[in-house]
Amino acid sequence: MFGTWSKLRRAGIVGMNQRNADYVLRYNKRSLYPLVDDKLRTKYLATESGIAVPELYGVIEIEHDVANLSDIVKDHNDFVIKPAHGSGGNGICVITGRLNGRYRQNSGDLLTDEAIEYHVSNILSGLYSLGGQPDQALIEYRVKFDPLFEAVSYRGVPDIRTIVFRGIPVASMVRLPTRMSDGKANLHQGAVGTGIDLATGRTTHAVWQNYPIEQHPDTGATISGLEIPHWHKLLTLAAQCYDLVGLGYLGVDVVLDRELGPLVLELNARPGLSIQIANGRGLRELLEKIEQLEEIPTLASDRAALGQEFFMATQI
Amino acid sequence: MRQLHLLLLTLMLCATGLGLAYYKVTVIGLPLTASEQAEVWNIEARISFRAKPDSAIKVTLPLPSDPPGYSILDEDFVSANYGLAIEQDDFGRVALWAKRRAQGKQLLFYRAVLFKDEETIPKPVMPPVYPKVPEYPESLVPVIQGLLDKARQQSADTVSFSQRVIEQLNATTPAPELKLLLEHINRSHNLAKSLGWILAGARIPSQIIRGLRLQDSKEYTELEYFLQVYDGQQWRSLNIKDGREGLPSNFVVWQVNENKQFTIEGASEFSIQYSVARTLREIVNIAGSRSAEKGSHLMEFSLYSLPVHIQNVYKVLLMIPLGAFVVVLMRNLVGIKTFGTFMPVLIALAFRETELLWGLILFSLIVGLGLLLRAYVEQLKLLLVPRLASVLTMVVLLMAGVSVIMHKLGLEMGLSVALFPMVIMTMTIERMSLTWEEAGPIEAFKQVTGSLLVAVIGYLAMNIDELQYMFFVFPELLLVVLAIILLLGRYSGYRLTELWRFRAFARNRPS
Repeated sequence: MFGTWSKLRRAGIVGMNQRNADYVLRYNKRSLYPLVDDKLRTKYLATESGIAVPELYGVIEIEHDVANLSDIVKDHNDFVIKPAHGSGGNGICVITGRLNGRYRQNSGDLLTDEAIEYHVSNILSGLYSLGGQPDQALIEYRVKFDPLFEAVSYRGVPDIRTIVFRGIPVASMVRLPTRMSDGKANLHQGAVGTGIDLATGRTTHAVWQNYPIEQHPDTGATISGLEIPHWHKLLTLAAQCYDLVGLGYLGVDVVLDRELGPLVLELNARPGLSIQIANGRGLRELLEKIEQLEEIPTLASDRAALGQEFFMATQI
Repeated sequence: MRQLHLLLLTLMLCATGLGLAYYKVTVIGLPLTASEQAEVWNIEARISFRAKPDSAIKVTLPLPSDPPGYSILDEDFVSANYGLAIEQDDFGRVALWAKRRAQGKQLLFYRAVLFKDEETIPKPVMPPVYPKVPEYPESLVPVIQGLLDKARQQSADTVSFSQRVIEQLNATTPAPELKLLLEHINRSHNLAKSLGWILAGARIPSQIIRGLRLQDSKEYTELEYFLQVYDGQQWRSLNIKDGREGLPSNFVVWQVNENKQFTIEGASEFSIQYSVARTLREIVNIAGSRSAEKGSHLMEFSLYSLPVHIQNVYKVLLMIPLGAFVVVLMRNLVGIKTFGTFMPVLIALAFRETELLWGLILFSLIVGLGLLLRAYVEQLKLLLVPRLASVLTMVVLLMAGVSVIMHKLGLEMGLSVALFPMVIMTMTIERMSLTWEEAGPIEAFKQVTGSLLVAVIGYLAMNIDELQYMFFVFPELLLVVLAIILLLGRYSGYRLTELWRFRAFARNRPS
C-alpha cells in the first residue's frame, strides 16, 4: 500500500484532497462559482467577450413556459436541452431530428411532445441541479461534431477538456462517448479518455475504465495519433475562459463543430482528475511550476504557448 | 502561515479539552469509566410524638455537621406544615421545627446521605480551656480523690489515666469504696457526662461525642456516647464502657458536646429513632455533590445539571460529532462514496435503536420496496416535489406495514423500523434511483453499500459505551475531536481508493 502511495507521489499524481485543498479552495473564489455553475450566465458572458459558444435558441424558466418549447424549436430540426445548473452531463437531452411529429433522441428513441415536456419540467424542478434548487432549461444549437471524431465516438458529442491553471493550459484530453457511457462524455460513466500532446495537438494514449486501450471499444477505430485541427486556437480559447470567469483552477470543455470550429460548451470549477489517467502523467509538477510563476502573460495566446512550452519541458 | 495558524488552533483546542478533562478527573474526582460506584449511607432520624392539644409545638434536633471522615452529599427534611429553621454556630447545628397547633400523631424526618470520604480535612483543633476542679459533693470528695490517685499511680499519660478511671468505674465487681459514686452516676443516667465530671477533678479537658455506627439496615433508639480527652495535642476518643481507645471505623459523629440537645415542647409520647441503610451511587453523582460542597461551580454547569430526559438526549447528541468524524475519515482518507454527506450518521443513529442486524435488514427492506414503488411512480411523470412527497408517504406506509407484519410474526425488533428517519430514507430512495438511471445499477449499489458501510462503522464507533460516557461527562473532549477534524481538513494526501484508481501509474513505473 505504501509502495503504491510513494509511486503515485513520484509520478506527481494529484489526489482529490490535494486538488480541493491546494488548488480549488485556494484559487477558485467561491463568489465566482455561479459564473460557471449557471450555464446561462457563462453563455452570456462568453457571448459578450466574443468567445464562440453554441447558439442559444431559448430558455425555459417557469413551468408555465414549458408549453412554449415547440415554439422555440419550430425553426430548428435538431437541438439540445440542458439544465442550467446540471453537472456531470446529467439531464442533457440531445434531439437529432424529427419523425412523424415526434422527436428523435440521439439514443434513437422517439419522444412525444409530452415526454419531452416532462423532461423539461424535471429540469425546472431541480432534479439535475446541485442541491435540488429550481433550475432553468436551456435549448441550444446541437453541435455537429468534426468528422475527425466520427470513427471514434458512439453517439453523443466528443469534447475536449482542458485544465487551465492561472490562465495557462496544463493538460487536455478528448472524451469519447461509448455505448457504455450512453452518449455521455464522463470517464467514470464509461467514456474513453484520450490524452493530447499539448505541443502538437495529437492524441496520445487512450484509457477506458482505467485500462489503456488502442481502439475504440464500440467502433474499433484506432484512437491515438489523431490530429486536432486549429490546436493552438483551441488552447487560446481555453485560456481566454480564465479572463472570462477569473477562476484559477478551471476545466474548459470545448467541442469541435464541423462548420463553426471550436465552441466552448461549459466551464467547470472543480474539474476531475481522470485527465491524469488519460494523459498517463500526473499534474503536480506542472501545477507547481505555474504556481511559482510571478507573472502571467496577459495575452491568452501567449499563455497557451507557455502552457505548450511547459508541457514539453516536463515531458518524461 | 495558514498551516501555523491551524496548528496553533488545534494545539489550543487539544490543550483546553484535555486540560479540562484532567482537572475534572484529578480535582473533582470524576471517574473515567461509567461502572464505578461507591457506597453511600442513608441515615434517617425519625421523631414521632403526639401533639398536646392547645399548645404550640417546638422540636429541636441536633444535626451532624462536618462529621470527620464523611461528607454529607445530600440532606432533606420531611415535615408537613412545620416551620423549619436550621441554626448553626460553633457548637454544632440544629434543626428547629415549630408549629402553633397540631392534633394527633406527628412525624418528623431528617434524612442525610453520607459518603465515606478519606480526603476530608480535619478541622484544626483548638486547645480547650483546662477545666477547674468541680466542687464535688462533700461525701464524694474522698472517693473521687482516691479513684484519681489510684489511676494516677497506674498510668503514664492523660489517655491511660482516663482509661484507668473508666475501667475502675466499669469493673464487674467495683471496689466497695466506689459504691457511693456509682449510685450518684446512675442517678444522672449519663455515664459519659459523669466521666467528664470526674476527670475534671484531675483537670483533664474532655468532651462527649455522640454518633452512630453505620451498619446496613440497623435501627437505633439513641446515639452512642464516646468520651474524648485532650492529651495536649489532640482529642483522643475513648469507649466509655471499657476505656478502649479509638472510634469504630464505621462510626459517624453526629454531635460533639451536649450543648445542643434534642428537646421537644408541647408533645407527649415522643420517641426518636435512627435508621441506617446502605446504597450504591454512581461516583459521578457523588463527585457532583462534592464539588458543590467544595465550592467549585464547574459541575453546576455540567450536563448533569439538566433534567434527566434532556440528559438522555445529549448522551446521543454528543456522539454525533464522532459519527461525523467517521464520515470525514471514510470520505477523505478512504474515499468511500456515500449518498449525502451526513446521511450515514443519521442511519447510524437509527441503528442505535434498532440494533445492527435488524437495522440493516429493515433498511434494505424499506429502500428496496421504496425503489420498486418509485419505479412505478416514475411512469406517471410527476413533478419533483410531489413525487418526493408521494415516495415519502409510501415510505411511511411501508414502515407501518412492516411494523404490523413483524409484530404478527412475533419479531418485536421489527417494530423499531419506526425509528428510521423517513425523510432521509425517502431522499436515499430518490437519489439511489436517479443514480441507478444515470450511472447504472452498479454505481447505485456501490454508493448504497458505501453509505451502509460508513453507517455501520459510525454505529460501531458511536455505540461504544465507554466513549458515550466519556463524551457526556467530559464534553470538552469534543474539542479534541474538533482539532483532529480540523487537521484532517488540511490533509492533501491520497485517499485509499485513489491508490486503486491511479494504480496504472504505479504499475507502469517500476522503481
